[in-house]
Amino acid sequence: MGNYIKLIALGGVTLFAAIGANWGRDVAYIVHAMIIMVVAAYMFVRVLRRMDAPAYATPDGYMDDVVRAGVIATSFWGVIGMLVGVVIAFQLAFPALNFEVLQPYGNFGRLRPLHTSAVIFAFGGNALIMSSFYIVQRTCGARLWGGNLAWFVFWGYNLFIILAATGYLLGATQSKEYAEPEWYVDIWLTIVWVAFLAVYLGTIFKRTEKHIYVANWFLLAFIVTVAMLHIVNNISIPVSIWGSKSVQVFSGVQDAMVQWWYGHNAVGFFLTAGFLGMMYYFVPKQAGRPVYSYKLSIIHFWALIFLYIWAGPHHLHYTALPDWAATLGMVFSIVLWMPSWGGMINGLMTLQGAWDKLRTDPILRMMVISLAFYGMSTFEGPMMSIKAVNSLSHYTDWTIGHVHSGALGWNGMITFAALYFLTPKLWGRAQMYSMSAINWHFWLATIGIILYAASMWVTGIMEGLMWREVDANGFLVNSFADTVSAKFPMYVVRGLGGVLYLTGAVIMSWNIFMTIRGGAKVTAPVGVPAE
Amino acid sequence: MSSNDQKDIDEVTGTDTTGHDWDGIKELNNPLPRWWLWSLYLTIIWAVGYTIAYPAWPMVSSATAGVLGYSTRAEVAQDIARFEDANGEILAQLASADLNVLNENPELLRFANSAGVAVFRNNCSQCHGSGAAGALGYPNLLDDDWLWGGDFENIEYTVRHGIRNEEDWDARYSEMTAYDEIFSNEEVDQVVQYVRLISGQEHDAGMAEAGTELFLNNCSACHGDEGMGNYDLGAPNLTDAIWLYGGDLESLEETVRYARFGVMPPWGERLSEAQIKAVTAYVHQLGGGE
Repeated sequence: MGNYIKLIALGGVTLFAAIGANWGRDVAYIVHAMIIMVVAAYMFVRVLRRMDAPAYATPDGYMDDVVRAGVIATSFWGVIGMLVGVVIAFQLAFPALNFEVLQPYGNFGRLRPLHTSAVIFAFGGNALIMSSFYIVQRTCGARLWGGNLAWFVFWGYNLFIILAATGYLLGATQSKEYAEPEWYVDIWLTIVWVAFLAVYLGTIFKRTEKHIYVANWFLLAFIVTVAMLHIVNNISIPVSIWGSKSVQVFSGVQDAMVQWWYGHNAVGFFLTAGFLGMMYYFVPKQAGRPVYSYKLSIIHFWALIFLYIWAGPHHLHYTALPDWAATLGMVFSIVLWMPSWGGMINGLMTLQGAWDKLRTDPILRMMVISLAFYGMSTFEGPMMSIKAVNSLSHYTDWTIGHVHSGALGWNGMITFAALYFLTPKLWGRAQMYSMSAINWHFWLATIGIILYAASMWVTGIMEGLMWREVDANGFLVNSFADTVSAKFPMYVVRGLGGVLYLTGAVIMSWNIFMTIRGGAKVTAPVGVPAE
Repeated sequence: MSSNDQKDIDEVTGTDTTGHDWDGIKELNNPLPRWWLWSLYLTIIWAVGYTIAYPAWPMVSSATAGVLGYSTRAEVAQDIARFEDANGEILAQLASADLNVLNENPELLRFANSAGVAVFRNNCSQCHGSGAAGALGYPNLLDDDWLWGGDFENIEYTVRHGIRNEEDWDARYSEMTAYDEIFSNEEVDQVVQYVRLISGQEHDAGMAEAGTELFLNNCSACHGDEGMGNYDLGAPNLTDAIWLYGGDLESLEETVRYARFGVMPPWGERLSEAQIKAVTAYVHQLGGGE
C-alpha cells in the first residue's frame, strides 16, 4: 500500500515538473523543473522495480551508511565551496578575472552567494547532519528512528543544495543574505528539515540512556530554531507557480530586521549551537577525558539560546532601524559574550590531564585551535556590536575577516577534526591513511586563517578610517575609488590565505579517500602516549 | 552504556563525576568558573544600566527614551549643524562669489579648493579619476586642452548642465558625423593620415595630401581650417598630442567611421550653489584654467 502511495506521489511530481519545464517563465525555473523531473522519474522507476521484492529485515545496530555518505559529501562540498571562495577573492583583487565569456554566470555577484551557501549549507550543513546522526545514535544507544527517512534527509538536503547552487548561477535569488534560494527551494528545504527533526526526535525518544547528553541539546536547539528562522524569513508570495520570482511579505525596515534576525541566528544556531553539539561529542572522545563541567554546560546552553535570538539588530546599527531596537541588539550581544565563552571553557578544560596529547595528536590540535578561534570570534562579535566600534567596522572588510575567523577557524577546523575522527571508525580502519598529511593540513589551514584574518583587519580598519576622514572644514578627504585601490595588496594576501586553506582541504579529501580505499600506510601510532 | 548515576572520582583531577556515561563520555562535577560567572553578572548589570540610559524597551506606542535623551538622528543633525554653523557664512559667500576675482580673497580660495576637492572625489572621480587625470573617453582635467572651454563661466556651465545628456535641456550638445557610409575606405584612410599630419605624428605624406581636401570640405566646419577645434561645438583640437579616444591609426579610423558621443550628467540639481562654485574653482586651478 505504501508503495502505491509513493508511486502516485512520484508520478504526480514527475508530471508536474514536466509541465513546469515546458511552461517555465525563466531559465532557472526550467532547469530546476528538469532536475526535479529526472529525480522524481528515477525514484518512480526505482520504487516500481522493487514492488515485489521482499521487505528487508530491519538491521540491528547503528545506521552508519548515511553517516558515511555524509562524510564524503562534507569533504566534497568543502573543497567546492572553498574553491569558489578562492576564485571570488582573486576576482576582487583582479576584476579582469570576471571573464567576458563567462558572463553572466561567472560574475562575482553570482559566485559570491554560491560560495557562502556552499561553505555554510553544503559543507557545514552536511557536516552537521552527518555528525548529528552519528552522535545521536551513540549517545542515545539507539538506531536512527524512521528507517530510510535518514536517507531521505541526506539526499533531500543535497538536492536542495543543487537547486540552490544552480539557481544562483542562473540568476534566481530573493536577495536575502544566506537565504537566497527562491520559494519552491525553500518549501523543499522545509520538508527535508521537518524529516530531519523527526528522525532526530524519534531517536531521542527511543533512547536507552536515561539522560540526554549535552551535545543533543545543542543539536536539537539547532534543528528547531533553524526551522523557525527559515520559515519566517522566507515568507513570500510567488509571482507565478511557473516562475522562480517571489515577493517578500515584509517590506522596508521590517524586512531588513526579519532578514538579520534570521541572518544572525543562522550564525548563532547553525554555526554556533550546531557545531557546539559536534564539539561536545568529538572533543571528549578524542581527548579521552570527561567533559569539564556539567553545570557550566547547562548554564551556558540556556543562556546562549535565550540571548542569541535577540542579537540580530546589531547588523543594522545606524540605519532606519529605531534606536531602541539597536540598543537591545547591542546589549544582548554583549551579555552573550560569557555564555558563548562557556563552550570554549568547557571544551578547552576537557583537555585537563590530556594536554600532553597535543604534542602527538594533530586531530586534537585541530580541535584546540578551533576552540581558540571560537573564543576569539565570540569576543570579536560582541565588541563589533558596540555602536561606536560598529560605526567604524560596519560595511568594511573587518566584518568579512570576523566571519572568516569564525568560519575557517571554528567551523572548518572542528569539522576537519570530526572527519578525521569519523573516517577510520566508519570504515573500520585503525587510523587515517597518513598522519603527517593531517599535520600538513593543520599548518596550512592555520597559516591560511591567519593571513586571511590579519589582512582583513588591516584593510577593514584602514577602509573605515579612510571613509570617515574629513578635513578641517568637514569635507571628505578620500574618494571611494581611493579606498578600493588602497586595499589591493591586502586582497592579494587574503587570496593567498584562501589558497593555503583550500590546499589543506584538498589534502584532507585525498587522505580520506586513501583511508576509505584501505591499506593503511604504516606510521608510528599517534595519540598513544609513549611508553 | 551504563547510566546508573553512580558517582565516581576522576583519577587525574580528583573531581567528582556526575555519574552519567554516554558512549564512554563522562562529565566532571566542576562548579562554574568564578571569573566566568562574575563576568556574566557584570555584563548583565552593565546591560541594565545601558538600557536605562539609552532608548531601549518597547512599550505600547513607543519605546523608553532613556535618561540621557540620546537619539542617533539628533546626533547626526547636530553634527551637520555644527559644520553648517562653522561654514555657513563662508558657504554663502562662496555661493555668490565672482570666481574671476577669487584670487583676491585667499581665505575663500582655500575654502573653495578644499570643498571642491571633496565634491570632485565624491561625484566626479568615478569617471575623471580621483586625481582628475581622466581615462579613455573621459577628459583629463589637469591639462589646458579644453573641449568646451576652460574659463570659470564655461567650466561652471558644463558642471551645471552636463554634456549630451537627456535630463537637462540646456546641456551642451554637438554631434560628430559618422563617415563610415559617406567616405570610401580610401577616403577614411586619407583623412586619418591628414589628422596624423596636423598632429605632428608619423604619416603617409601622399595620402595626407589627398586628405587635405576632404578635411576642409567635411571636418573644418567644426574642427576649424587649421584643425584647432572649437569650444562652441565641443570640437577637439586635433593638432596637439592630447587624445580623448586615442591618436593611433586604429582609434582615429574608428572615430572617423563611427564618431564619438561622450555624455556627462548635469549636476545643477544635485549640488548646491556653493558646491558648484567650489568644484568649478577646484577644476580651474588643477592646471589648465583659462
